[in-house]
Amino acid sequence: MRMAILLPLLVILSFTSLFIGVQQLSLTDLFSLTADQKELIWISRMPRLVSLIIAGMSLSIAGLIMQQLSRNKFVSPSTSGTMEAAGLGLLVALLVFDSASMMQKMAISFAFALAGTFVFMQMLEKIKFKDAVFIPLVGLMFGGVLASVTTFFAYKYDLIQSVNSWMQGSFSGVLRGRYELLYISVPATIAAYLFASRFTIAGMGEEFSVNLGISYRKIVNIGLILIALISSSVILTVGSIPFLGLIIPNLVSIFRGDNLQRNLPITAVFGAIFVIGCDILSRVLIRPYELPISLIVGVLGSIIFLYLIMRRDVYAS
Amino acid sequence: MIEARSVSKSYAGKKVIDGVSVSIRPGTITSFIGPNGAGKSTLLSMMTRLMAHDEGEVLVEGRPIGSWDNKELAKKLSILKQSNHINVRLTVRELVSFGRFPYCQGRLRKEDWAYVEEAIDYMELGPMQHKYIDQLSGGQRQRAYIAMVVAQNTEYIFLDEPLNNLDMKHAVGIMHVLRRLVEEKGKTVILVIHDVNFASFHSDHIVALKDGKVVREGTTSTIVTQEVLKELYGMDVPIQEVDGRRVCVYFG
Repeated sequence: MRMAILLPLLVILSFTSLFIGVQQLSLTDLFSLTADQKELIWISRMPRLVSLIIAGMSLSIAGLIMQQLSRNKFVSPSTSGTMEAAGLGLLVALLVFDSASMMQKMAISFAFALAGTFVFMQMLEKIKFKDAVFIPLVGLMFGGVLASVTTFFAYKYDLIQSVNSWMQGSFSGVLRGRYELLYISVPATIAAYLFASRFTIAGMGEEFSVNLGISYRKIVNIGLILIALISSSVILTVGSIPFLGLIIPNLVSIFRGDNLQRNLPITAVFGAIFVIGCDILSRVLIRPYELPISLIVGVLGSIIFLYLIMRRDVYAS
Repeated sequence: MIEARSVSKSYAGKKVIDGVSVSIRPGTITSFIGPNGAGKSTLLSMMTRLMAHDEGEVLVEGRPIGSWDNKELAKKLSILKQSNHINVRLTVRELVSFGRFPYCQGRLRKEDWAYVEEAIDYMELGPMQHKYIDQLSGGQRQRAYIAMVVAQNTEYIFLDEPLNNLDMKHAVGIMHVLRRLVEEKGKTVILVIHDVNFASFHSDHIVALKDGKVVREGTTSTIVTQEVLKELYGMDVPIQEVDGRRVCVYFG
């Protein structure tokens, strides 16, 4: 797993992504674009590609930070209740404000994601039985409780369709003017890179951190804020993409170890490749229709997740 | 100079450390010994800011430990707890490089890498520096952690039971390295140690603790006596001299 292989692959997939779709557009058109084709690229195809890259990179990195801070390989925004908490926040925003602006939804969703992740981390500290698989089970149950609360109130206030369409991860609705909130993930991802060594140290425990002169609590809190920012901005723009934050960092870790500073760029690029690849699949499998990307990622992700659990004895525990 | 002045610590109403005063002599190896539950590790944690003390004070170079900047203190003293369960895949070299964090905040400069190289050589980890720490044996892993502390280059090095789970060859090897750190680099080493004989053979100074109090403190020859050990462990321990050093024959 090397940058020299991954980067060209990312470029190839990106071009492929631009030229796939119902509207005809081929590589040879690139030098003689009609006005319609230009519009197609700038309004639909390009925003879609950009959002695929940002979501793939930032969710993978959020997962990586989470795994380091919780010291568990199977913890990620979708196995800890973070995503579900962000969804609950979105519902609250829809209920409280008649016509909530994107920023209001974002703020409330972020607050819920942060609170949910924080509660999960507190539970982790209380749990004595730290089996590698037991912890994410707790997270999945916690997420399930939050999701059912969301469903209950969504049902009661006739918002179930609207909430489901938010939670279902899909890039088909990404158009210029409707995805820009996702850019919030970019500074969050850069911040993650700047704090990379500190997250690795925090991952080795409180005593280890104090010895090296680091305030453990502060670093953990910064990490949680970045995770919540990334999760809520992705939920609001493309919806929930399961397993991504779990499998990408784990696959990278198998090949490259856990030094965050060294791994972050590769995890980011690999995440983007995976998401673009899945998105291409979702667009061509039942052409001219589209499958939600969460379905494709879910199927592939759960297979890889099973594989990781099978071999956890060799590396995760 | 690091000293504790009548420090106390309670857990759930029970005093685990009760008015302990200890001062560490620079340039020596000091061992904390005592039966289980004597409060050795707790005392070590309080003297290294890992744990707050309830009463009394801990002074580092005459200043209360709480008034130190955390980063500055990380250049003055280092502490290694028993850390056999680290779930992070790092290579030996990466682990050792984290010892430079207090100096460079993760962006290692040339001189930082020089310290890393030196620490790896010092602990004879060169051939395995690119291996992941979870692939190492217990003894090698312990040496890797100590190498990190060597790279941290602090005047004071605190170690909590560094010989745990090591076979005799590796245990003796670690003690020899600690002695070299004192002799060659002028470091001060403070250990919590379980085995009285390792304390007897390798330390200059011993602090004997029991029930959260200092029973006796002094040079090794004044502590490793039948009388003190009887008071400490509640059993008669015959002592033999081998090549001018005292061996406790406590096997029954």
